[in-house]
Amino acid sequence: MAEEELFDVTLVINGVTHTVAVPARRLLSDCLRHDLRLTGTHVGCEHGVCGACTILADGVAVRSCLMLAVSADGAAITTVEGLASPDGALSPVQQAFADCHGLQCGFCTPGFLTTITAALAGNPDPTHDEAREIIGGNLCRCTGYQNIVKAVLRAAELQRTAAPGDGVAPGNGG
Amino acid sequence: MTSMFGEPIARVEDDRLLRGNGAYLDDLGHDALAAAFVRSPHAHARITGIDVSGALDVNGLVAIYTYEDLSGRLAEPLPLLIPHPALTHGRTGYPLASDEVNHVGEPVVMVVAADRYLAEDAAEAISVDYEPLPAVVGIDAARAAEHLVHPDVPDNIAAEMVQSHGNAATAIAGSPHCLELDLTIERSASTPLEGRGVLARWDTESRRLRIWTSTQTSTGVRAAVAAKLDLALADVDVITPDVGGGFGVKIVHPWPEEVLVPWAAKLLGRPVKFTEDRAEHFVASAHERGQQHRVRVGFDDDGRVLGLDVRFWHDNGAYIPYGLIVPIITSTQLLGPYKPGAYRVEFTSLYTNTVIVTPYRGAGRPQGAFVMERTLDAIAAELGLDRALVRERNFITPDEMPYDHGLIFQDGRPLIYDSGDYPACLVKLKELVGWDSFPALRAEARAQGRNLGIGLACYVEGTGVGPYEGAHVVVETSGKVKVATGLTSQGQGHQTVLAQIVADELGVPMADVEVTTGDTRAFDYAVGTFASRAAVVSGSAVALAARAARAKAIKVAAAALEAAPEDMEIIEGVVRVKGDPATAIALGTVAVLSNPLRYAFDEAAKAATQFAGGDLDTPPVAVGESPGLEGREFFSPLRSTFASGMHAVIVETDPRTAEIKILRYCVVHDCGPLINPRIVEGQIHGGVAQGVAGALYERMAYDENGQLQNASFMDFLMPYVSEVPDGIEIDHLETPSPLNPLGIKGAGEAGVIPGAAVFASAISDAEGFPITAMPISPSDLFELRQNRGPGTGDGRR
Repeated sequence: MAEEELFDVTLVINGVTHTVAVPARRLLSDCLRHDLRLTGTHVGCEHGVCGACTILADGVAVRSCLMLAVSADGAAITTVEGLASPDGALSPVQQAFADCHGLQCGFCTPGFLTTITAALAGNPDPTHDEAREIIGGNLCRCTGYQNIVKAVLRAAELQRTAAPGDGVAPGNGG
Repeated sequence: MTSMFGEPIARVEDDRLLRGNGAYLDDLGHDALAAAFVRSPHAHARITGIDVSGALDVNGLVAIYTYEDLSGRLAEPLPLLIPHPALTHGRTGYPLASDEVNHVGEPVVMVVAADRYLAEDAAEAISVDYEPLPAVVGIDAARAAEHLVHPDVPDNIAAEMVQSHGNAATAIAGSPHCLELDLTIERSASTPLEGRGVLARWDTESRRLRIWTSTQTSTGVRAAVAAKLDLALADVDVITPDVGGGFGVKIVHPWPEEVLVPWAAKLLGRPVKFTEDRAEHFVASAHERGQQHRVRVGFDDDGRVLGLDVRFWHDNGAYIPYGLIVPIITSTQLLGPYKPGAYRVEFTSLYTNTVIVTPYRGAGRPQGAFVMERTLDAIAAELGLDRALVRERNFITPDEMPYDHGLIFQDGRPLIYDSGDYPACLVKLKELVGWDSFPALRAEARAQGRNLGIGLACYVEGTGVGPYEGAHVVVETSGKVKVATGLTSQGQGHQTVLAQIVADELGVPMADVEVTTGDTRAFDYAVGTFASRAAVVSGSAVALAARAARAKAIKVAAAALEAAPEDMEIIEGVVRVKGDPATAIALGTVAVLSNPLRYAFDEAAKAATQFAGGDLDTPPVAVGESPGLEGREFFSPLRSTFASGMHAVIVETDPRTAEIKILRYCVVHDCGPLINPRIVEGQIHGGVAQGVAGALYERMAYDENGQLQNASFMDFLMPYVSEVPDGIEIDHLETPSPLNPLGIKGAGEAGVIPGAAVFASAISDAEGFPITAMPISPSDLFELRQNRGPGTGDGRR
């Protein structure tokens, strides 16, 4: 069989520009994980239901298993690796997960962190019900979600008390 | 120094995982070839031909393997891991199907290619011819035995087993009251977010095999793969990387893929990786829970059980590699906190043309609790008694501990409860949920046209089963403490809780302790992580090893200071004469002194070299001593230790739509002293969510042909946050176990065990008729209402 045609894709990931040649069918999730070796983004179902692979594309939470790498050409992407601030401090959402025991096995966690980061950018002061709503599309098998809900509220609190420019905005390239 | 044991400290695992720096199986081996599998599309068929020609010119193809390519022990069936005398017809599958397939998803051909896309291209181009055979799906079909799964297994029966204590038939016949119940639980599955996966490297120069696998037992995989590939154990390393959840399914080993991938890596001299996808996980890993039960119970006017006879049928799927563990657990743990008078239990384990059945968190206990708790609810309804009162009257009391049920448990040892205070637990639960004030709440809701019900369910869980675990604690010359234990972690926080134990036992700061689990290079004698045993068995071994290291540190430091060992203490990583800071020697220095040297490797090491002094009348390493500041110990429990607990739930059922809403969920749990309350509560939260899942949402929807109709996250209803209780109220009771040095009991599985039982109790209470099959969907409930007419809603069932 003929070799698959490759397409050059340029992605600005966590502030760093990467150009990678991929077949048209390459999922963005696989491109991130296997071509660029950014394995913090996890794949739990490959049909867009679990949310583990959620990344931020131009600030919007996107399931990277439902997007082709070629269709992300030119996008600014934030993965879990880009959430912490340049000085290494955990982002408010990451810190909140540590504070609230919001993770156990940690496999679904990157998708929650990106999803919540994007949601808090739009709604910095969610109510308890809104916190549940924010994580309503991500699956976790370990925590029963109890402490993840707490982490959403804790993250909002940390984010509000953090000084502007502390690396809390999504898609800032970390 | 503050004790770390009992502190709800944040986990040491988290920082790495939160930054995306975890290393799960598919995050490793970027240079590896990828394996993909051609799997059976039929539940039962004969393979009549395999044509691989279409795949041969697929780009990146490296190898295609079928059963014909297997030889030696690899061509034999996979091991029957847990043999039992009652398992008279044990059958296991081949790594690749030989001439027959017995469930959809069974591997038939392995393809190895440059990447997974290309491996799947090749797999799709392979054509397998099948002659379909009749599929045996579900317990009814298996019992009817109109068709057989395995032609040489009569009536589809893998095993029949009876246990009894006293004469149940006589006791029931002599009882003032008798009831019969039929109770059913459907299949569900562990369903971790990360599926299975294995990576193998064969080092062509050292001729050694290194395997990374997403498993609950690295030592189990090592022994099995070494045996299958005819390698010395010493030439195989198995490393468990970060594991994205297990919940039981990953205790099974070796999976077909787990022997084939290392085999291919050795043959090809190149690393090979298999990462299971979600669809594969549904049809090619393992399920659990599916059982039918028939209960006969005799009881007196007070609701005391005088005789209990349980007959049940267990669907073990196509093969039975894990033996009879699940039905044995149901048949013993069904008894919960109760003394049933006389008891007889008989089960039949049946083959079906469906995915294999092996333990899923709870492992037969959710079914057992459902059976026992439904039975007690039925007794309460029959006699018009309060459900909590009937339970109380049947409890084993604290003064009866240790309590011997006269049965054999899943570990082959007597079912003897070591500790627990069930009456106290019930008092706490009733208070927590407001049991006695519920009728008023119900009446108030009813006045508003709302329909409420309350349920409760109790359980006892045998945890911390043997045979053993071990641990190694070594103080490095830097003062850092390295701890290794052989069992594996799947997110339970073992690195945190084991470090808490070591910090206390050794007298060092938490930050200086680093724990390794599941790596046979670091510790190669271990059993695995299952049966809520890690904290109990490895935790105890770690405590003993830390105590040994501590004793040695004190001995070495006392000799150096010419002080008496009994006068020494270790505080914050410093050994000193009690209360005398001037005598302080850092543990790292003690580690240097513990290892007599010829060669100094740094400034500190000079103190241990041969011209630095010392007693010239004794050898540098005294007889019976060994160099190094370390401890290596094993803990082998006499028996399991029995944790317990009780759950209550208040539900609201919609009078029109039959939607079931959770208003409150309360848990009282007793796992003895808590090492880390935050982690224990996290385990309970997760367990409760899986309990809700098994009660209200999750089932394996097989059609009559053995096709799994809901093999995706679109259709298998794993709960999102919207399906779990908004708040889980937890109270603890701490009755210590006499069976281990820390007094602890397991906590990992407890949350899930009473799920089906407690929801059935509450929904029955709301509806006024008994719920006898779980899970129950709104449609199921709607249909039950239609068939029964309007319920009484009198709270008596």
